[in-house]
Amino acid sequence: MLIYWANDEYSITLFGHTFVRFFPDWYYNLLHIPARLAEGMAFHFLFMWFFTLNGILYILYTIISGEWRQLLPQKKSFKEAWLVLLHDLHIRKTAPPQNKYNAAQRIAYTAIIVMGIGSVITGLAIYKPVQFYYLTWICGGYHLARIFHFALTIGYVLFFVIHIVQVILAGWGNFRSVISGFEVINEQPKPVIENTNEGEEAEKD
Amino acid sequence: MKEKKPKKIKKELTIEQKIKRRNFISFTVFGAFAASAFGGWKWLYNSPEEVTGITGGARAPLRRALNKTELFFRRLAFNESHLVKTYPRSMAAKVIRHNTDIGSEGKLPPEKWKLQVKKRSGEVLQISLDEIMALPKTEITYDFKCVEGWDQIQHWAGVKFIDFIEHFKLHDEAKLDYVGMETPDKQYYVGIDMPSALHPQTLLAYQMNDVLLNGNHGQPLRLIIPVKYGIKNLKRIGTITFSNTRPRDYWAEQGYDYYSGL
Repeated sequence: MLIYWANDEYSITLFGHTFVRFFPDWYYNLLHIPARLAEGMAFHFLFMWFFTLNGILYILYTIISGEWRQLLPQKKSFKEAWLVLLHDLHIRKTAPPQNKYNAAQRIAYTAIIVMGIGSVITGLAIYKPVQFYYLTWICGGYHLARIFHFALTIGYVLFFVIHIVQVILAGWGNFRSVISGFEVINEQPKPVIENTNEGEEAEKD
Repeated sequence: MKEKKPKKIKKELTIEQKIKRRNFISFTVFGAFAASAFGGWKWLYNSPEEVTGITGGARAPLRRALNKTELFFRRLAFNESHLVKTYPRSMAAKVIRHNTDIGSEGKLPPEKWKLQVKKRSGEVLQISLDEIMALPKTEITYDFKCVEGWDQIQHWAGVKFIDFIEHFKLHDEAKLDYVGMETPDKQYYVGIDMPSALHPQTLLAYQMNDVLLNGNHGQPLRLIIPVKYGIKNLKRIGTITFSNTRPRDYWAEQGYDYYSGL
């Protein structure tokens, strides 16, 4: 993100009226980050490795473990995601039945992978537009690739915000199960029962 | 402690104990990861700045990462035959964007200027703009890319650097690893690796949109090197040197990548 802080190159302008300029002055002042482009680039070209390698490992893991079955959207997911959204916004009382992830999660978690791949491709396209000219071409040229790369970054920020809000709303039990990989369900009377779908292996039969 | 427990207790753990145990292990691991990520970030953020030499202004580990990353991609992909995309002349901007004139403020008419080329023998060539303009002229319309995030399709004309090397018989110099260029007042300077300098689209440019360069754009002769970001496209070349070590570079001293190639 520091990369975009040297020159307010990007803005949302429609019919000659600029709605948002990336980034507005208050934003720089809030974070105390005026014009530190070189620093931002240095961080960027180190952390891109972690993000990319992490992404590759994650994709490999979901393929090898079979977890992708839980994550890829199904045909019904697109319709159901809407119902999940209405439910989460407290407009609708009931949510559609779900497995490990609900329809909206399936779409979001798959979209973020597609976005990640998009960031790597557009990133390479603008990092070495001469050497990786074919990637730049795929992205519709250098200028467009740069805008895509930027838009994706904004997309991550939105994803992150919604993600964190949802985790907080889902509560402690959910967070605990994310960390430990199993869910604790209190059944009607008293006894505490460990979910049979415990861990990753147990789920795949 | 936790490790030993199962050995001592013979009977099966209750479900509640199992849950506790697994929670404990999971959260310990999670905590350890979170702490090391936080610690790693703190370490990096507070790591000392590199000793200023040819490069400067970046945290030492980040500078190492920049250099390593750059080398990785250069070895992976750099190829002299990869050309920068060119555009039809009609797409070139009429008004060419102007960013800075460090080292090239004001005007410097060609008759008051000579290009100095320092040869390995110690001999210094003094070359006038007329001599350069007598060489075969090459034109290019390409997308000039600034590290700050803008790019613009521009039209330039001049002599290919490789033609310049040929004509002035600088073959021995061209075998070295780097070219250094500086403005006459030494305020702005760049170092270019030889493969990029000898790239067929690298120009010593004297015209922009068919007009001789004016004060804002490096009058009378500037470097146009499309395989590099704008920061390497030195305006108003005063001297050219050749070396096996990296020549000093204005922006590399201020935390930017030395190579800055595309």
